[in-house]
Amino acid sequence: MNPTALLLATFLLSIAGLFAFIWSLRKGLFDAESSGARTIFSPGEVGQPEEPTASAAQQRGLEQVVAAHAEPAAGIDAGELAAREAADRSSAFPAFVLLGAAAVWLIVASAAGLLSSLKLHWPDLLTDQAWLTLGRLRTIHLNAVAYGWAPMGLLGLATWMLPRLLKTPFVGSRLVIVGAVIWNAGLVAGLGGIAIGINAGMEWLEIPWQVGLLFAIGGMLIGLPMAFMLQRRKVHHLYVSVWYMGAALFWFPTLYIVAKIPGVHFGVEQATMNWWFGHNVLGLFFTPLSLACVYYFLPKVIGRPVRSYNLSLLGFWTLAFFYGQVGAHHLIGGPIPEWLITLSIVQSVMMIIPVVAFSVNQHLTLKGHFSALKHSYVLRFIAFGAMMYTLASLQGSMEALRSVNAVTHFTHFTVAHAHLGMYGFVSMVIFGGAYFALPRILDIPWPKPALINLHFWLVVAGFAVYMVTLSIGGILQGLVLLDPARPFMDSVAVTLPWLQGRSIGGALMTLGHCVFAWHVLLMTVRSGVLTRPDRATAALARA
Amino acid sequence: MENEIKLVSGAMVTLSLATAAMIVVPFLQLKDVPPPPALKPYTSQELRGRQVYMANGCIACHTQQPSSTGAGIADAARGWGRPSVAGDYHYDQPPLLGTMRTGPDLFNIGVRQPSADWHLGHLFQPRAYVAGSTMPAYGFLFEVKDEAAVVKGERVVVLPPGTVPAGKAVVAKPEALDLVAYLQGLKREYPVLTPAQAEAAARLLPGEAKPAGAAPAPSNADDRGGSDAAPETNS
Repeated sequence: MNPTALLLATFLLSIAGLFAFIWSLRKGLFDAESSGARTIFSPGEVGQPEEPTASAAQQRGLEQVVAAHAEPAAGIDAGELAAREAADRSSAFPAFVLLGAAAVWLIVASAAGLLSSLKLHWPDLLTDQAWLTLGRLRTIHLNAVAYGWAPMGLLGLATWMLPRLLKTPFVGSRLVIVGAVIWNAGLVAGLGGIAIGINAGMEWLEIPWQVGLLFAIGGMLIGLPMAFMLQRRKVHHLYVSVWYMGAALFWFPTLYIVAKIPGVHFGVEQATMNWWFGHNVLGLFFTPLSLACVYYFLPKVIGRPVRSYNLSLLGFWTLAFFYGQVGAHHLIGGPIPEWLITLSIVQSVMMIIPVVAFSVNQHLTLKGHFSALKHSYVLRFIAFGAMMYTLASLQGSMEALRSVNAVTHFTHFTVAHAHLGMYGFVSMVIFGGAYFALPRILDIPWPKPALINLHFWLVVAGFAVYMVTLSIGGILQGLVLLDPARPFMDSVAVTLPWLQGRSIGGALMTLGHCVFAWHVLLMTVRSGVLTRPDRATAALARA
Repeated sequence: MENEIKLVSGAMVTLSLATAAMIVVPFLQLKDVPPPPALKPYTSQELRGRQVYMANGCIACHTQQPSSTGAGIADAARGWGRPSVAGDYHYDQPPLLGTMRTGPDLFNIGVRQPSADWHLGHLFQPRAYVAGSTMPAYGFLFEVKDEAAVVKGERVVVLPPGTVPAGKAVVAKPEALDLVAYLQGLKREYPVLTPAQAEAAARLLPGEAKPAGAAPAPSNADDRGGSDAAPETNS
């Protein structure tokens, strides 16, 4: 591509951006608060925390924190509460199916991940079975997270949030359940295929397109109710979470279909497509759905609307614009056109705008309420996740720079970075959302709230060990790889102690996941949702 | 925002821009790039071996792209060859560029390790060949049987002494032989630049590095323990 034309196009785009900015100032889009942020609250609810995991004492603590910064809430009238209860009931069963599937895949993914981690410094462990080999287990781990845990969890939370956000009963429960069954069948087939050696050979796209068809159909069935509900919605205003969910539900199928369509991609172009998909599935599917959760749960727990609603508007559109083009930074120094790499680096750095917009917004919303973290488990997970989003994205922007990339490229540092995003951000937000939503879905409180606390500290401690050790190991590995005077084997030797540290972190995280899954199982059994089919059918009938 | 149509169409416009930049333009730019004349298509055995490479997720640890930036100079010094170009992947469906160097780059492994015996033994027990290697042992690609039970025509792997108990023989399964054929075939020694370009590139590189396009020096810096048919033991 002609560099002059590229520069000119960039220049014109910046001018257009400048005018858009001036226009938005004229329209008052940056004013501190607009009424849109209050959409998620009923009249009289602002100033009143909602925290389904809180004990009586925690609830009192939360109310004190909130009352110190707001007028005491007038209280919601009984009609509004009944409407919200009805909304929760309407989505309960499909949301439960999706979240339940997520918990199962979390355990599968953790087991595969932990075993892969051990094999990296213990290469003769379990080598007699083909399916237990590192290359296959690691692939199973990645796919179980990317197509099992994360989408099931996020779509489950989206399904549950929609009736509340649109003030419309959930439409199409059966579609979601059928879709979830098809999706999970595809996942079982895909992971089973990887285990026996059926692998399409591209990262994030290992599951062959014939099985991918099941994801396409299942995903469409899960997403359709949203389109129906948007048409029937009773709110005039679409809350920021709805933008993110709406866009993500259209982005993902486009990404997947373009990536998987057989016979189109070839040679190096296929590699650029691979990273267009690999990065965008994070940026245009997991990220927006997770941000939708943060934008709902964080204000909800502390009973305070998002501070700058228009900052979230800026965050949304800049994410939509910049994120789609960052993927080629995975191929810096690779055999692809140089302009493509430069474009991706520029857009990666531009990602600072949506990230800072989001972070400032969340910080302002939480300002003065940080002591609420002591009283709310949900808030801990969500706030931790939101902070990790900021960290992961800024780290990503840095990593895309050629100078930094020269060290981190091809090393375990990239793996650590991926976990900062997929685990620190996405998974923590799903945990927080699940702790909030499941008591509403199953209509009983968490049986052992102390387990939530245990889960939190296990995964936070494990994750800290994981990140620190793997990042250090990755940088040391990168420095050896850069030095022509040192033999390659030095780069292997230097990582070993850090890889062992990563396994310890991973083991703690896995233990935390077992606590979570056990708690979900315990709650499910006590709620009777599995033993009383009448309840399930009743939920379906209401839909 | 009040209008869901505006939301969705806006979202799709941004994605279309990204798709145009990341997929359509590279497609148009690369679709007519010819393969380098010296690059040969894979044989059917190599293609089967490529499937074994993909099935076992070798891409999780190995790249196939000596780089042009960052570690590129070190790549050349380690004998990994010149930076790869788009045409090198003409017959690759899909390309196996990889993103991790937990193990060495394999783009020219056939140059550094031409011996099938080395590859077979190394796959059976990497640590018998490379001290400190963390590569998994691919025991399931082989059959360990009594020496007496070996049938004529079976490929018995020559291993360093002590790797298998006395009286036992290691026989390679067809998958192992296919994979090794693929690995042996990974050689990109042909030049991809015109002589003038190569000279210009050579002037930019520091003294010791070979000019781009020249045959990479067969170095075994990363695969210590013998690059020839008769493997050395490491203990």
